[in-house]
Amino acid sequence: MNKLASSRPKTIDQVKASLPKRHLSEKVFRSIGLISIIISLMFLFVLFYTIVSKGYTAFQQTFIQLEVNFDERLLDPEGTRHRDALSTADYGGLIKASLSKLFPEVTTRNEKRLLYSLVSTGAAYQLRERVMDNPALIGQTQQVWVPVDDEVDMLIKGHTLRDVPEAERRLRDVQIAWLDQLEAKEKLALKFNTAFFINGDSREPELAGIWGALMGSIYTLIVTLILSFPIGFATAVYLEEFAPKNKWIDLIEVNINNLAAVPSIIFGLLGLAVFINFMSFPRSAPLVGGLVLAFMTLPTIIIASRGALKSVPPSIREAALGVGASTMQAVYFHVLPLAIPGMLTGVIIGMARALGETAPLLMIGMVAFIVDIPSNILDPATALPVQIFLWADSPERAFVERTSAAIIVLLGFLFVMNALAIILRKKFEHRW
Amino acid sequence: MTDIAKIAQPSNQIERRKGDRRKHTRIHLSRATVSRDNRRTVGEATVSDPRIHCTDVNVFYGDKPALRNVTLDIGCQEIIAMIGPSGCGKSTFLRCLNRMNDTIECCRVTGSIMIDGQDINDKSIDVVPLRAKIGMVFQKPNPFPKSVYENIAFGPRIHGLAKDKVELDEIVVTSLKRTGLWEEVKDRLDQPGTSLSGGQQQRLCIARTIAVNPEVILMDEPCSALDPIATTKIEELMDQLCTDYSIVIVTHSMQQAARVSHRTAYFHLGDLIEVGTTEQIFTKPVHQLTEDYITGRFG
Amino acid sequence: MHTLTLVLILLLLMIASFYFGRQRALVVSSGNIRMLNSLPGYYGYYTALWCGIPAFIIFIFWQFSESAIITNLVIAGLPEDITSLSRQQLNLIINEIRNIVSGNMVADMTRPEIAAAADHYRDLQTISDIALLVVIIALGLTGATYALSHIDQQQRARNKVENTILVFLIVCSTIAIFTTVGIVLSVLFEAIRFFQSVPFTDFLFGLEWSPQTAIRPGQVGASGAFGAVPLFVGTMLISLIAMMVAVPIGLMSAIYLSEYASSRLRALSKPVLEILAGIPTVVYGFFAALMVAPFFQGWGELLGLDISSESALAAGVVMGIMIIPFVSSLSDDVIYAVPQSLRDGAYSLGATQSETIRKVVIPAALPGIVAGILLAVSRAIGETMIVVMAAGLAANLTTNPLESVTTVTVQIVTLLVGDQEFDSPKTLAAFALGLVLFVVTLILNVIALYVVKKYREQYE
Repeated sequence: MNKLASSRPKTIDQVKASLPKRHLSEKVFRSIGLISIIISLMFLFVLFYTIVSKGYTAFQQTFIQLEVNFDERLLDPEGTRHRDALSTADYGGLIKASLSKLFPEVTTRNEKRLLYSLVSTGAAYQLRERVMDNPALIGQTQQVWVPVDDEVDMLIKGHTLRDVPEAERRLRDVQIAWLDQLEAKEKLALKFNTAFFINGDSREPELAGIWGALMGSIYTLIVTLILSFPIGFATAVYLEEFAPKNKWIDLIEVNINNLAAVPSIIFGLLGLAVFINFMSFPRSAPLVGGLVLAFMTLPTIIIASRGALKSVPPSIREAALGVGASTMQAVYFHVLPLAIPGMLTGVIIGMARALGETAPLLMIGMVAFIVDIPSNILDPATALPVQIFLWADSPERAFVERTSAAIIVLLGFLFVMNALAIILRKKFEHRW
Repeated sequence: MTDIAKIAQPSNQIERRKGDRRKHTRIHLSRATVSRDNRRTVGEATVSDPRIHCTDVNVFYGDKPALRNVTLDIGCQEIIAMIGPSGCGKSTFLRCLNRMNDTIECCRVTGSIMIDGQDINDKSIDVVPLRAKIGMVFQKPNPFPKSVYENIAFGPRIHGLAKDKVELDEIVVTSLKRTGLWEEVKDRLDQPGTSLSGGQQQRLCIARTIAVNPEVILMDEPCSALDPIATTKIEELMDQLCTDYSIVIVTHSMQQAARVSHRTAYFHLGDLIEVGTTEQIFTKPVHQLTEDYITGRFG
Repeated sequence: MHTLTLVLILLLLMIASFYFGRQRALVVSSGNIRMLNSLPGYYGYYTALWCGIPAFIIFIFWQFSESAIITNLVIAGLPEDITSLSRQQLNLIINEIRNIVSGNMVADMTRPEIAAAADHYRDLQTISDIALLVVIIALGLTGATYALSHIDQQQRARNKVENTILVFLIVCSTIAIFTTVGIVLSVLFEAIRFFQSVPFTDFLFGLEWSPQTAIRPGQVGASGAFGAVPLFVGTMLISLIAMMVAVPIGLMSAIYLSEYASSRLRALSKPVLEILAGIPTVVYGFFAALMVAPFFQGWGELLGLDISSESALAAGVVMGIMIIPFVSSLSDDVIYAVPQSLRDGAYSLGATQSETIRKVVIPAALPGIVAGILLAVSRAIGETMIVVMAAGLAANLTTNPLESVTTVTVQIVTLLVGDQEFDSPKTLAAFALGLVLFVVTLILNVIALYVVKKYREQYE
């Protein structure tokens, strides 16, 4: 006892002696924590910066101004103005003619080919649409803005560098010289890229758009919502309000918790084996995609909804039961109205997850190259994230830009959905 | 001393229970009767050779004052008890003494608390050696989720008090022996501290505190979660420890204060009402509020 | 559209039945609602349910069986020389017929028998549609009439309606079980078929994976072609790298946010981590392939290292970034659950904040943290898009993070994307891999969920 007492001054000295080292390690530890946070923030920043800086240029597209002579001899030599004749006419010829007029000095076959390749193949379709809409154009000469080829677009936007040796780029020197001339004459201009928002997929980057994929995503999500919303709600309500405590219910709960952590690709395998092979549903259809995503999002919705139901205090149920309501009435009239905002938040978050999901859709064939815009849940379709995956795989440089732009659109949707969920949660948050 | 013994007798508890019934009305009465002037501390708040010297300590939680103008000395080798009704600020005061209030974000302390010639609220003061000097035991036993041995070795380890394993063993054994826990746990030093009984856990926490060899031990209602037998053991332990340490104990049980402490301070709604030797407080309280409280009219 | 019309008709019928049921109840009560067992509305619901449920069940049944029955009838009507073709060719012809019927294809006039079959198909479909309409309306009316005739004062309509709803709730809640069963069965059956052609041990312990060669005749199930060890090693390598990024950063972020950070930094960082968690994996994949892999490659060149453009390192690091918020939010939860009294105990002994965290809080939270990490590992193993886009396809058996490796999920995707025969070992191998993936993640999840549950109980 006295030994301790006698060692007393020593103790505080020992403590003091240990201090510098300990304060240093405190500082180090704290900095490691701060650095971790900063690294996470930095990752997010780099990710967004990369996507936005690569993608924002895709919202514009380079157009070339051509003086097109809608020559009757080329379009409608028989003068019938019949729709079939007009739709199969040689509109490419019109473009070639007007390009040749711009550069009369180009005569060799090879050079002509190079010249014609400056303009997108989509330009001809654009002219055809104009003529079909207004056959009176035939015989007139008009100034028309048409999209240029993606390689030209990349050069104008500065993604392709001019100082690269000629052999290492797709555009020849002579093409660049023509483009410089066109630019000097103000015949080239960047305009808003409408095609990106209203077209389906295409092999040509300058014609490829996200509308088809977006519609595919919307149809898929509608199916998912129709299935997972009622089923998820019903399951949550049953488990939280009615279920007895027994082994069977435990099994269901373990299943739900586990399914929430099952890799999404497994749900894709389920969809492939059950819906496509066993039930012969059509491949690539939003119906199957929606079914698969519904199974995938159900656990999320159930868990979130149960949380919302749990946060309603038991006193409310007791009050309702106390005035003679049945359990069902107590839940329907008193618990659900209070829990609905929280449950909806869960649904929105589940839908946001489904919107961003790719892997299971690859399994059920929603990864095909589909140009047409799907018009119902049985049409072959892709989804927005799958479109991103497909474009990311494409070799053309211009697709990098478009992939990033598609990502910006996707993130925009996710942002809106999550913001909605947060607003809903904040607005209806009850503190009991 | 006989009077104190009388208060400490269990039979008195029955008397107090009777008093409880009048509790609510009396509280209103006494609140009404206390004017601002009456809040000056009655009795001898200072001692000749203080270990800790507190002057005009005020504590605020946000804007709300929790403690007003407390001036009190903690002597060497004495046990001083803080009593008073719930919410009177006695625990708050205790937590000021080793700056445990730092962990509460909105808490603000003014006034001076001097130990060894330094104000502990000074910005330059390092809380680490301060807390090594002033240990604390909490209301609920809070052993770390580690073995009994590791619980006690924790303090010496972080402070580097032992050069080697032998010294560490010695500190652990000495601490356990001083708390009387050695005989009970010597065969299960490697079992988790949480596996002990409540009383053993609290003694483990005391052993953990004295393993760092502090000069002052703060005890915040150390027995309120324990049964009477465990309480007795802890009280005996305090009696032994006071030969080496100053002990400040906050308690709800007046019997406990009467049994173990040398001096007693009575707090009421954030004010230190009266300080004096335990005998004087329990036999001849000067202030009306003190008398009301110890005779069981409220609290 | 036809389906939608039918559903609308059924809904209208139900609304009508609700109205009539309610009216009937009012009539039965002769104006005195108190005479009724339940509120009149419940009689309405009762009638509507009787009207809708039987019709709906038939409707669903019809939708599932219609196509198969019509197809069989059409096949039966086809000429002998077509029906005698092999199953595959027959399927092609059926597809052609269906395409003609749906208008996706113009009928080939050179093959009148196909055009005739398409017409036959179309006729049958019209008949079926009309029959379905008639059956549904008849069933709805019958059900409603039955219910109406049974409404009287004593009838406990509310209990019946509530019980029906309860049955619906119970059925919904069992879907989770059916999903699991569905996953297990679909994966297991195909996997078993795979193991009939490739021995189980060869698959699990074989060192060579080259499913492409196995397509050639004579090499199906050839020894070594389906050895999945390189995939397992690749998966573990990438997951390990991901964990080495995610666990320290995620854990330290959680510690800093819960123990040190000012409320302002917390308010700023939490949403950032949530945003990271909400970014679709395909975006991470694109980021990995576009930015991170070339970045590592560039650094490798500077340092004189040969880093593959599809290195495990790039995929692993990006996967780690993806998992940071996951680890951090799970750790945050468990650290938050450690009682303040333990921290107070350590502080009162003079421990610094980092000593308290390292020696008291983390050991106390360890089970929960470990469980969180297990869940994160399970996620890393099952993650698909990042590795599909950033990791390689060639199954190299290596643990060098600078080289290209492939993973289980990458192979599943590669084997199943594109058109191929469903019965070839190549496709079935994907299901065998899926089975392994499911079993491994299941084990990890179950352990983790169990540990978390126990941990929560300890501090509640």
